[in-house]
Amino acid sequence: MVQHPAPDELLLDYATGNLAEPVALLVASHLTLAPESRREVRDLEAIGGALLEEMEPASMSEDALDSVLARLGEHVPESFEAGEPGVPAGPPSGDAAKIPAPLRALVGSDLSSLPWRERGGSVAECDILRDAPGYRTRLLWIKAGAKVPTHTHGGREYTLVLQGSFSDESGRFGRGDVEVADAEVTHRPVAGSECDCICLAVTDAPLRMTGPIGRLLNYFIDM
Amino acid sequence: MSDRRMVSTPYDCVVAHASHALNSGMGECTDLTAEDSSNLIEEIATSGNRQAFALLFRHFAPRLKAYLRRLGAGDTLAEELAQEVMLTVWRRAAQFDRRQAGASTWIFTIARNKRIDAIRRDRWPDIDPEDPALIPEPLQAADKTVEAGQREALLRKAVTTLPVEQSTLLRLSYFEDKSHSAIAEELNLPLGTVKSRLRLALARLRTMLEDVQ
Repeated sequence: MVQHPAPDELLLDYATGNLAEPVALLVASHLTLAPESRREVRDLEAIGGALLEEMEPASMSEDALDSVLARLGEHVPESFEAGEPGVPAGPPSGDAAKIPAPLRALVGSDLSSLPWRERGGSVAECDILRDAPGYRTRLLWIKAGAKVPTHTHGGREYTLVLQGSFSDESGRFGRGDVEVADAEVTHRPVAGSECDCICLAVTDAPLRMTGPIGRLLNYFIDM
Repeated sequence: MSDRRMVSTPYDCVVAHASHALNSGMGECTDLTAEDSSNLIEEIATSGNRQAFALLFRHFAPRLKAYLRRLGAGDTLAEELAQEVMLTVWRRAAQFDRRQAGASTWIFTIARNKRIDAIRRDRWPDIDPEDPALIPEPLQAADKTVEAGQREALLRKAVTTLPVEQSTLLRLSYFEDKSHSAIAEELNLPLGTVKSRLRLALARLRTMLEDVQ
């Protein structure tokens, strides 16, 4: 069971479709790992279903049904196709079982093969979803026990732990946990000593390092 | 009549029930119960029944179109997307699981994803129920597993009992493509107030659900 589920309003924004792709990716990955949050989203989606039922029906064009009926032939219901497409071909490999499917669709299941860039020896990062305007989406790989430079945020930073753990002023965050840090938060996460910590991090404005080394790193952050 | 009822399958009942609504001046829009809708989707999944699809279409397409227009799609796009959603219902009917979600909830999520794909040209990251990484839910007592449709009906009722300021905010969240801060700005309310009202609304709905369990 996760200790730090995504906050309610983030789950609501997911259920209603009011999130940009990077944050939606983070929430969908969290939902894969947090059954309690999944249940909550299902209830929020049920509210959407209830509101849909309540909608005052809009009139469709006269031939709408006929033209859709005519197209049904091109769209074979999936259960009628040979070889159920939803069923995986074989037993899941160890790696596939680690990375939630929404993220796996973007980065594959072998994280070590990604183009990581080192950030001061004990932290490496890899940008993904580079074409999402206004957001920076990264995987962070923090060596076991290492400290991440102290930083604040111009905007908001969402972090999902995929492996290992980190701790900061707000507590300890393990696999599946989500931390949302606002502009006011200055924090200094430290990775747990049990194993390297891998996170998915989404920021909606560039980070600002605040320590002396951090200030130096700010020069490089947008390289 | 009662003899026919006894031998008829649930599907026949649905068709009889819904066709009656159709023939008695309901126009192009049928009203189906949650139970009807779920039966019709299962009928599509098991036998590719076009009549079942037509009934679902008459019920949901006009509502989907209204929902999509409310979210800012123009008439043509809203109609196109409503049709696309219904085609997806046809194609994916086998994935529908009435224990997990009621019919309108399932169709709502398809519409949400389609809208984002089409309007924002984003791909909406969705959970994959077959994902080996998925942490399963703790097993529930048997009497709690057949409740999705029931939960949906309860929520539908519960939403109408919310205080106006809460239900307004809830509707804005679902029907306007806006972040909480944009909603706060529009209503001239502090962001904290918007968040706390939404939280109250959700807590209230949750309590109502728990009360009946």
